[in-house]
Amino acid sequence: MLNVTKLNEELRNLSLSGHVGFDSLPDQLVNKSTSQGFCFNILCVGETGIGKSTLMDTLFNTKFESDPATHNEPGVRLKARSYELQESNVRLKLTIVDTVGFGDQINKDDSYKPIVEYIDAQFEAYLQEELKIKRSLFNYHDTRIHACLYFIAPTGHSLKSLDLVTMKKLDSKVNIIPIIAKADTIAKNELHKFKSKIMSELVSNGVQIYQFPTDEETVAEINATMSVHLPFAVVGSTEEVKIGNKMAKARQYPWGVVQVENENHCDFVKLREMLIRVNMEDLREQTHTRHYELYRRCKLEEMGFKDTDPDSKPFSLQETYEAKRNEFLGELQKKEEEMRQMFVMRVKEKEAELKEAEKELHEKFDLLKRTHQEEKKKVEDKKKELEEEVNNFQKKKAAAQLLQSQAQQSGAQQTKKDKDKKNASFT
Amino acid sequence: MSKGLPETRTDAAMSELVPEPRPKPAVPMKPIGINPNLLGYIGIDTIIEQMRKKTMKTGFDFNIMVVGQSGLGKSTLVNTLFKSQVSRKASSWNREEKIPKTVEIKAIGHVIEEGGVKMKLTVIDTPGFGDQINNENCWEPIEKYINEQYEKFLKEEVNIARKKRIPDTRVHCCLYFISPTGHSLRPLDLEFMKHLSKVVNIIPVIAKADTMTLEEKSEFKQRVRKELEVNGIEFYPQKEFDEDLEDKTENDKIRESMPFAVVGSDKEYQVNGKRVLGRKTPWGIIEVENLNHCEFALLRDFVIRTHLQDLKEVTHNIHYETYRAKRLNDNGGLPPGEGLLGTVLPPVPATPCPTAE
Repeated sequence: MLNVTKLNEELRNLSLSGHVGFDSLPDQLVNKSTSQGFCFNILCVGETGIGKSTLMDTLFNTKFESDPATHNEPGVRLKARSYELQESNVRLKLTIVDTVGFGDQINKDDSYKPIVEYIDAQFEAYLQEELKIKRSLFNYHDTRIHACLYFIAPTGHSLKSLDLVTMKKLDSKVNIIPIIAKADTIAKNELHKFKSKIMSELVSNGVQIYQFPTDEETVAEINATMSVHLPFAVVGSTEEVKIGNKMAKARQYPWGVVQVENENHCDFVKLREMLIRVNMEDLREQTHTRHYELYRRCKLEEMGFKDTDPDSKPFSLQETYEAKRNEFLGELQKKEEEMRQMFVMRVKEKEAELKEAEKELHEKFDLLKRTHQEEKKKVEDKKKELEEEVNNFQKKKAAAQLLQSQAQQSGAQQTKKDKDKKNASFT
Repeated sequence: MSKGLPETRTDAAMSELVPEPRPKPAVPMKPIGINPNLLGYIGIDTIIEQMRKKTMKTGFDFNIMVVGQSGLGKSTLVNTLFKSQVSRKASSWNREEKIPKTVEIKAIGHVIEEGGVKMKLTVIDTPGFGDQINNENCWEPIEKYINEQYEKFLKEEVNIARKKRIPDTRVHCCLYFISPTGHSLRPLDLEFMKHLSKVVNIIPVIAKADTMTLEEKSEFKQRVRKELEVNGIEFYPQKEFDEDLEDKTENDKIRESMPFAVVGSDKEYQVNGKRVLGRKTPWGIIEVENLNHCEFALLRDFVIRTHLQDLKEVTHNIHYETYRAKRLNDNGGLPPGEGLLGTVLPPVPATPCPTAE
């Protein structure tokens, strides 16, 4: 039997007497990831016209092609676009998913559904890949949503009920980062009140938004300071205005210029810092270890799989699977039987119908035959009559001819007699 | 064929969409290459730092197995590699006590730290391998152990409620010690490597290389390589897993110089005013880290400094996946290629597929 001894269960810390070189491990790991490229998927939820596309353009410093959506969408649609961005040696596959038509309908009861379904579909696709026998997870194109930017309309009062409902439905499935859009319509004093109102409403409704991680010293501080400013009030713009002697992204109004990257004017820089420069990797990790695992757990439990005793796991999975498979096959057989029965019945019916039709046809045929026979007889009778008549006629004709020839003969004789008489008289 | 599960409702509001039987896993990929001259710095490249920080925090696992007959210097070499007493040497050669009757598997774990990077290193020793008179099938316990680790990992992975980080006890690297006979490989060597090269990354090393001169060394290496090739044994780095041309050229160079002829030592001596690890003999001091003397430094750089992560990845992405596929196939009786729960999973409801524009 296999004799495995595991010594030192509590691991000793050993000190090294020289440079070994495994401190290059993080680099090795990172190099591998760099050559493969990274995926990052952002979902933008917000009403039409609230500035989602503009903000994306501003965040990623480029103009993603898009036509502004109309307000006449019959329902909420998700539109996803993928782009490849590169900065130094880092390649990023960025996917931006837009909610088209959100908030436009008169009845918004079901507005959140397409969004939830889309998020679930991406989890499902990953789960399917993970459960395959022959799978290739290491080069799987990850489409799961890593961050959801929820655009709050700058009413200055509070959250709309649609916002609360939607965020509540999404908070266990995705990292939600709420932002106040078009923040240049709110004055500074109103903004602070608005932000507090929103945060307290979120808390009182139990909405779990994304928490910037504070467990690691290097980022704890910055994350903590930034969290205080949630939700970020942002302004987006790709237009550049000359400020001082530099060009900067801004919005020009008659009463002044709102600078996008000026932290006094709006929180755009904070959003960019948090979303991209500090927590992008954490967002990806949370999506995978928390939201995806939750989805997976629920999905598998829903299908009837359970963790049983530790020493029979793949077997229990297999057993449940076998049981389900048998159940399914049984059902299949039953259905097959039913279908067969129905088919037999139908065939019988059709057969009967056909038999009826055949009988009818036979009858018709007999009738026709009889009619035909009768007609034939009639015709023959008539033919006979006709022949008789013809015969009679011939007889009559013959008799007449005879008479005529007799008459002629006698006539001819008479004429001859007459001639002779005449001739005799002449002499 | 009905999947036997309820159809899901499609919202009337989604009348615009084309209901698909299965959502496309990938978003409609029209990767539009954006002009690299972006209008300004975004900060995407910070993800490298973010990732590095995260991995440093979680730490790394590395499991290395050493296989070879007693006395070939396995423990010494491992200690030299990791510059610490990770492996306790068989102290005295007492024939009655020390040779185990069968192959034993001894796994010893330590935590070592360098430059802020924490590594849980597990050295798996296999005393008794090749030491009996009759060594038939002595690789079986080793193969069994390796498969057991894969099984453990699979069990964890298949759980409903999974751990955040599944403990990795799979063998990432197996150093196989070849006796420096100078002739060729022994039948036991060939048998072992033939069986195990398919389940684990094998790195053959020529032990106690200080018994061979330079010419003998290079001849022996060539013969060993030839023999391995003839027997269809692929040692790490395997040719079939070279990802791109860059990998291939780099790995070709390494493969050409393998198996590394190594000398191990944990004693330090003074050479030219420096303290170096070496072996002192009447005819000179063999410096372990001197490339002119032996190839220890090459082995160390290869295993630790450049290919450590790759060893783990090949184990995870290839060897483990092979084991998993075989295991699921055998036990589920499913046709290969079909998902484990293929016929049981409900058809994914007609979701609003992201329309590509």
